[in-house]
Amino acid sequence: MTDNSNDADFVPGITAGGGGAGAATDIEHHNPIEGVFDDVAWEVGVAKPDPILKATKVSRKFGGLTAVDVDYLEVQRGSITALIGPNGAGKTTFFNLLTGFDEPTTGSVSLNGETIDKVPSHKLASKGMVRTFQLTKALSKLTVVENMKLGAKDQPGESMFKALFSPLWKGREDAVEQQAREVLDRFNMTHMAEEFAGTLSGGQRKLVEMARAIMTDPELVMLDEPMAGVNPALTQSLLGLVKQLRSEGRTVIFVEHDMDVVRDISDWVVVMAEGKIIAEGPPESIGENQAVVDAYLGSHHDEDLEFDEDGNTTTETGEATFSVNAKTDSEVSE
Amino acid sequence: MNWESILTQTFSQGFGTQAVVFALAAIGLNIHFGYTGLLNFGQVGYMAAGAYGLGMTVYWLDQSFWLGIVMGIIYCLVLTLVLGIPTLRLRADYLGIATIAASESIRLFVRSRGQRTRTGASEGINDFADPFFDLNIFNKPGSQSYRFFYWEYRAGDLWVMLIGWTVVALCLLITWQLMRSPWGRVLKAIREDEDAARALGKNAYAYKLQALALGGVIGGLAGMFQVIRTQSVQPDTFNPTITFMIWAVLIIGGVARIWSPVVGAMIFWAAISGLEAFLRELIRSDWELFGDTIGVHAERFLNLTVQNVSQVKFMVFGMTLMLLMRFRPQGIFGSREEMALDDR
Repeated sequence: MTDNSNDADFVPGITAGGGGAGAATDIEHHNPIEGVFDDVAWEVGVAKPDPILKATKVSRKFGGLTAVDVDYLEVQRGSITALIGPNGAGKTTFFNLLTGFDEPTTGSVSLNGETIDKVPSHKLASKGMVRTFQLTKALSKLTVVENMKLGAKDQPGESMFKALFSPLWKGREDAVEQQAREVLDRFNMTHMAEEFAGTLSGGQRKLVEMARAIMTDPELVMLDEPMAGVNPALTQSLLGLVKQLRSEGRTVIFVEHDMDVVRDISDWVVVMAEGKIIAEGPPESIGENQAVVDAYLGSHHDEDLEFDEDGNTTTETGEATFSVNAKTDSEVSE
Repeated sequence: MNWESILTQTFSQGFGTQAVVFALAAIGLNIHFGYTGLLNFGQVGYMAAGAYGLGMTVYWLDQSFWLGIVMGIIYCLVLTLVLGIPTLRLRADYLGIATIAASESIRLFVRSRGQRTRTGASEGINDFADPFFDLNIFNKPGSQSYRFFYWEYRAGDLWVMLIGWTVVALCLLITWQLMRSPWGRVLKAIREDEDAARALGKNAYAYKLQALALGGVIGGLAGMFQVIRTQSVQPDTFNPTITFMIWAVLIIGGVARIWSPVVGAMIFWAAISGLEAFLRELIRSDWELFGDTIGVHAERFLNLTVQNVSQVKFMVFGMTLMLLMRFRPQGIFGSREEMALDDR
């Protein structure tokens, strides 16, 4: 844990280590869609009041293996939706299908009512969708601020011929530069602005990738495991930033493993296993859902294991948890 | 030892017409590999496209030299489409394979007997560049040679150098402006991670095609100067060795630096020519070691004679390049810190 307030891994005002949201987070980030899900049933494929993204009969086969087979999914506009599931459940594959990085074998995806599954991935940014990657893609030999400026839209200087004449793009470049510095300031990364992104720590790279995505001014932000490999202090500031996206009216979909994170920030949780969606509902519903418990969490997921001096579990539930997981793993591998 | 001859060789060749050709080719390769990360192992193919675009227009189509220049550029753009469309959507190494294959295919095609009326086959195309040399401001009656300290050039070479280095300067200026622009930033982003660039809304494929075309056309200009300076388009000038010499130039200078192609080319040609002149003089010298001249020892132990010095110079140069890679992998202008970022 850090004790240096200048450390970029740490956003001041957010106390690290707390299970729930820090106090500052609650003040800064109200939830504009509070209560939207009150009348939505907790069942797979349920319609949402105002969906931004719809996936219909989306499947992806790799040879004989069906990696993804999603019947129907709607994502509520302005919400934070978590996509969870055990390893190999097809979350990232589904993510790639939604973001145009892979093409579904069957089915279609629509964003704001417009079909996008045949749209090349680079065109989705202009339609308001941006994604990050599970393996962080900081552009190492660009400085942090160059990374940021890359996210900006409507830069005429990105055309080869206009690039030859500085006056055609200098004005926009200055505006972008200012915007980049503002976003960096928000992410508490100003002091790193001129450093090569390749020199950053893993956590700082996650911040840069997310900040760069914000530069595209997206309607829908897709985060693939934003908290993977990030220390607890930074996790808290990332959570704050994700909530801030929601309070700005953006929609967030994220893949996550950590149940504490999912419970903390998501408005709606979608659970995948073996390529299918097996449950949907608000975070508090997920623990009660038998299908999820069986497939993913184990029957005693809320209890920590306790160990005796020899390192064996003393909690009665420990063994049960293990056996449920073992069963799931063998099912997955079949 | 005739030191004056060695130094004259070194200095003259360091700024000479060969250096112009290699500087241009390396500027193109720097755009491909240095800034965009495109693995091009067939830069000589672009040189051939430029050279034959020019030569064939004059020889086969019987059109003017100046139209030939335009045609050379068009040939390079066509080659870009042929290379780029099938391979740029694939991983970087596919382009590498396609470029090396294409450059050899071009050479074998133009030297084939069946193309004799169009490309001159293995005899090539000769004396097509008179309109260029008619404009030579260095022509003078009597001796056609100029000398300035250790620099010694013929009038024709001086004219090629004047135009050549001007074109090099222009290409450097364009590269510098483009690489500091948002367009160049997108290229560098694609070099670092293509998927990240695409996720941010950049059409990586289109940018790669543009970069391939730009670097290719500059490589084509290199090819044109190559054939203008000798007044002869010969298919075997464009063998794969040239590509690797261009890579050596770029690596000496340092990848993704504006000045590296130019300084790299100057050093390369100065070193190669100086080395050859030195070895030649060494063998001819009357210096004695254990009762025999150096030349006798060289022939006895290394089978090195005046006849095969021009091959041996490349062996020595190759060793030097290896040492450079070991002790200064970033080249002259590169930064080791930046290079180390690749490994993280």
